[in-house]
Amino acid sequence: MRAVSWHGKEDIRVETFPDPQIVNPRDAIVKVSLTAICGSDLHLYTGRIPTMQAGDILGHEFMGEVVAVGHEVTNLKIGDRVVVPFTISCGGCYFCKHDLWSLCDNSNPNAWMVEKLYGHSPSGLFGYSHMLGGYAGGQAEYVRVPFADVGPITVPEGLSDEQVLFLSDIFPTGYMAAENCQIREGDTVAVWGCGPVGLFAIWSAYKLGAGKVIAIDRFPERLKLAREYCKAKTLNYEEVDVFTMLQELTGGRGPDSCIDAVGSEAHGTTLDAWYDLAAEKLMLETDRGHVLRQVIHSCRKGGTISIPGVYGGFLDKVPIGAAFGKGLQLRMGQTHVHRYLPRLLEFIREGELDPSFLITHRSSLEQAADMYRIFEQKQDECIKVVLQT
Amino acid sequence: MKTGLMNSTCSSSQSVKQCPLSQNVANSERVLSLLGGGGLLLMGLRRGSGAGLLGVAAGASLLYRGWTGHCHLYEGLGINTADSQRKRPGVPAHQGSKVNSALHINRDRQEIYDFWRKLENLPQIMQHLESVTMLDEKRSEWVARAPLGKTLQWEAEIITDKPGEVIAWQSLPGSQVDTAGSVHFKDSSTGAGTEFVVSIMYNPPGGQIVTQIAHLLGQDLQAELNQDLREFKQLLEAGEIATNAIAPEPGQIQKPVMSDLKVVKS
Repeated sequence: MRAVSWHGKEDIRVETFPDPQIVNPRDAIVKVSLTAICGSDLHLYTGRIPTMQAGDILGHEFMGEVVAVGHEVTNLKIGDRVVVPFTISCGGCYFCKHDLWSLCDNSNPNAWMVEKLYGHSPSGLFGYSHMLGGYAGGQAEYVRVPFADVGPITVPEGLSDEQVLFLSDIFPTGYMAAENCQIREGDTVAVWGCGPVGLFAIWSAYKLGAGKVIAIDRFPERLKLAREYCKAKTLNYEEVDVFTMLQELTGGRGPDSCIDAVGSEAHGTTLDAWYDLAAEKLMLETDRGHVLRQVIHSCRKGGTISIPGVYGGFLDKVPIGAAFGKGLQLRMGQTHVHRYLPRLLEFIREGELDPSFLITHRSSLEQAADMYRIFEQKQDECIKVVLQT
Repeated sequence: MKTGLMNSTCSSSQSVKQCPLSQNVANSERVLSLLGGGGLLLMGLRRGSGAGLLGVAAGASLLYRGWTGHCHLYEGLGINTADSQRKRPGVPAHQGSKVNSALHINRDRQEIYDFWRKLENLPQIMQHLESVTMLDEKRSEWVARAPLGKTLQWEAEIITDKPGEVIAWQSLPGSQVDTAGSVHFKDSSTGAGTEFVVSIMYNPPGGQIVTQIAHLLGQDLQAELNQDLREFKQLLEAGEIATNAIAPEPGQIQKPVMSDLKVVKS
């Protein structure tokens, strides 16, 4: 089969690999019909996530057709069209039983690696480094899907691939980001980052009762989508002082909840953003904290910070004093995709949202290397890339 | 001299007649006796006085004690330092290494206890074990993999057994390796499942140095125990062991799935 593989910083290749087969009784093999490049794939592209190895198959947002099942998989049959959650969960451990699917105890065969760094291991992920499982990813013609009896959701007739693909990651991720805000009717929510997750977070915040959502970014095309499709009030951080504007828009109180949909590769125009760049070059920190600092600084007293943006390791100069002094709540983590699938599929079925609105680039799997570059450099007003196999 | 020190002068299979003076002094004491006795003898001979004569006598008796490994004074007092060293069960205090692993398993306490109580089940989940054979209800024979393709063998006996709560065992005297272990089972404080703690102590022949060499050779018992228990938990909770392999590799041993486990039950 053909698949997109990682060979080092900014070195993406499309190569031929052996077809995957059933290894364990709860496996399924999915023939991929549509797959996407995720913003968090860019952390791999820029070489920021440790324990990647040359030849690793990338991709964790994918869907397709079931072509083989292990003998323990009774809920899926050959020919079913499925969307596959990017988090791999066994369904039997304490965490799966408590609806905390991305914290599954049993799906990371390399748990010992990440335990050294984090103390405990989160679930395994498709195509996202060896410390998170070393699983072959979905930017490929075929994928082996472990624990296929609990993860994949069958797609009903009448919905296109493009409409349902983002159930695998960014739609539930945006939704959980908004849910983590514990929104009360009429609340003001500020969202940093108007990439795909930020856009879904804005939509979801309104869905969950927000009165006003303020979106912050610097790319005009992303701000336009946030404004026109998602009905957010938008701020371009290169043109205005974000803190001052947020105070003005909230009567001096600050937003009730703030969502950091940017994560470890934050950009900024203030002094601390330059400090981050220098500290990173000197290997003093692994993540850039500019957005998180601004989020903590801006949030109202007693408010909630929600972090769907990916952080990997160690962050410097986190204003914990401000977070403590203002009595903030911080909620974060990898998405419990399984928890949200039926609910979000229902939104799509009922026509409340067509998630394909943010797709700007469609190409073949063979063009993946170009698409990574275009997406990373935000050329050609690129917001979201999908690849057809 | 070499034969006298390295081998006990009298093995238990020999009759009393062939071996009138059984060893009752520990090897370390025998070395000290030889060195001390030799020193006293030399000093006594150089002095030549009455005190010197006493030194010669004391030195000679110490040399004799060191050479033969038998001490008449010990015999009279009923002391035997040689035996106490060879017959200690388990792992002596302040010796050996201890590894510990604790985890939550989302299964019934009694079910996990039953699996562990039949020690024959353990080689299926513990990489470093080759076999465990029950000799009777309490005693068992263990064979473990050691560095450089060698094996270690010992007999152990269950010393504590509270069904559903704790199993503890220790090696018997005369084992190649001194070892002891325990497993504790507790209902999880969160409601479902079992909190499960395994402790293993071992003191291989050669002690700390051997442990460190084993570590250098990549045999890290703590890491192995963690991985073994993680996979045991996966079998019980998920029915299979998670793997990122994309195809079954021909010729390689497949990871077991729950239905492969040959569970020996009581």
